[in-house]
Amino acid sequence: MNKPNVNIKYRLGKSRVFQGLILVLAFVVTLPLIAIIVYIFKEGITKINWTFLTAIPKPVGEIGGGIANALVGSIIIVAVAAIIAVPLGIMCGIYLSENKRGRLAYWSRLCVDVLQGVPSIVIGIVMYFWLVKPLGGFSAWSGSVALAVMMLPILIRSTEETLKLLPDTLKEAGLALGLPYHKVILRIIVPCGFSGILSGVMLSVARIAGETAPLLFTAFGNSYTNTNITRPMESLPHLIYYYATAPDDNWHNLAWGASLILLFSVLLLNIITKITTRRWNIQL
Amino acid sequence: MAEAKKELKISRPYGQIRWENAFKRSLVIIALLMVVVVAGILLTLIIQSIPSLKSLGIKYLWGKTWDPINNVYGALPFLLGTLLTSFLALIISIPFSFSIAIYLGEYNPRGWLSNFLKNTVELIAAVPSVIYGFWGILVLVPIVQKLEIKLGVLPYGIGIFTASLVLAIMIIPYAASLGREMIKMVPSPLKEGAYSLGATRFEVIKNVILPYTKSGLFAGVLLSLGRALGETMAVTMVIGNTSTIPTSLFAPGNTMASVIANEFNEADHSLYWSALVELGLALFLVTVVINVIGKRIIKRFTNE
Repeated sequence: MNKPNVNIKYRLGKSRVFQGLILVLAFVVTLPLIAIIVYIFKEGITKINWTFLTAIPKPVGEIGGGIANALVGSIIIVAVAAIIAVPLGIMCGIYLSENKRGRLAYWSRLCVDVLQGVPSIVIGIVMYFWLVKPLGGFSAWSGSVALAVMMLPILIRSTEETLKLLPDTLKEAGLALGLPYHKVILRIIVPCGFSGILSGVMLSVARIAGETAPLLFTAFGNSYTNTNITRPMESLPHLIYYYATAPDDNWHNLAWGASLILLFSVLLLNIITKITTRRWNIQL
Repeated sequence: MAEAKKELKISRPYGQIRWENAFKRSLVIIALLMVVVVAGILLTLIIQSIPSLKSLGIKYLWGKTWDPINNVYGALPFLLGTLLTSFLALIISIPFSFSIAIYLGEYNPRGWLSNFLKNTVELIAAVPSVIYGFWGILVLVPIVQKLEIKLGVLPYGIGIFTASLVLAIMIIPYAASLGREMIKMVPSPLKEGAYSLGATRFEVIKNVILPYTKSGLFAGVLLSLGRALGETMAVTMVIGNTSTIPTSLFAPGNTMASVIANEFNEADHSLYWSALVELGLALFLVTVVINVIGKRIIKRFTNE
């Protein structure tokens, strides 16, 4: 703009070159993701068979084994985390959407923002001091609590944003008919925003299913299948971390298969969420 | 019969009022719980790092040696490691994330191609970090090793540079999706005004869109910096875990998060432990400040 006498062809050319550059840079980013998916699929698909899914890992040096302990553990840990976090998250989201102003809402919202940014390893440390050290040992449910804390911000945000979109007249109509407040919320508002809340639940599950850092100091790991949530339990991400960093080819194979299962379940959850939100036309 | 009916009529509203109040109260309690959790996290970190704060003091932050066996603790190697990896990752990722933001926000906001790019970028954020780490170890490390041999430095493969590369991929989505939202919000009369004065598309982007969205783009960069500082697993797996001050960008190192992940379960005396928790406290405070500032900027931008 400072040099008004520059040739128009030069300026248009510059604009085109810039557009091309932006296009190239933007699409280069898709390459790593495609590379990761293809690589993990190629390496992982050959390792997965019935024994892989039902057996437990063999000690170093022995060929074979499976990841049943981590599969069972991951499902239990994530399920318990969801049971803890989903009611709390939805209730807090309801509170924040109902009370847009107010001191408690302000502080609560600020804390949710803070919680969203807390590094997962810090949550692991804190849960260690809250639940593991006082109770004298690693346990699966302390891992679930750590993951639940990480789920909360996503749940609360999606619930709050979904309910904000609903017109006030819905609530007013319910109240005018003499319905008590809790029935208006639970029977009218929440069902109307159900799909948005559900996609928040799925997104948060997808987000924590692959978390490793908080589990290092809480659920720890276990080379045997364990269904007792007061004992240490193996999980898929922890198994991948542990076996990927170990110098053993058989363990690497287990880690490849586990990565494939973890990656595809997480991506699938994300894609399903995306499709459902598009159908219901809800912006997250 | 008549009496029972009367009782029924009275007891129903009372029951409902009780339910209503209980419901409202539980909502308040849960909202309070969020404040309690965050305050509890902060308090726990502070209390547990008191031994180290007391005996090591402020010197801890620029102590150069980390030698738990001889009870010598200095956090400088990890502070440097964290800063180097995060900022290097940020520098690598910014051209890409801004390109995505400009492409999706300005050049091509609709259509299947932009949908594809948008969804892909969101999936990049969804991939678990431990998988990035594993992929980094087996794919990226050999590539970096070849590069290092060509450059004539010690071919560790693992190290600060590899960690930054992995981090850069991981944090691109944060700045990109926020930037896209911001660029989409630029009012079209502004752009049309510039076009009608004869500006080319590049000039509109450079002189109208970027200045207008400056603070929003900055917030996106801040949020990705927050992610990069706290990222643990992928970095731990490819950085080499050496607790000395990194001598070059290609040397192995350690970040605050990775040293906690590696040594927290092995710490055998209270000072060692508490020194690690203090690193966690520092990490917590820094990421909280970065996130709160970032969120504030976004809020101000979207309200205007």
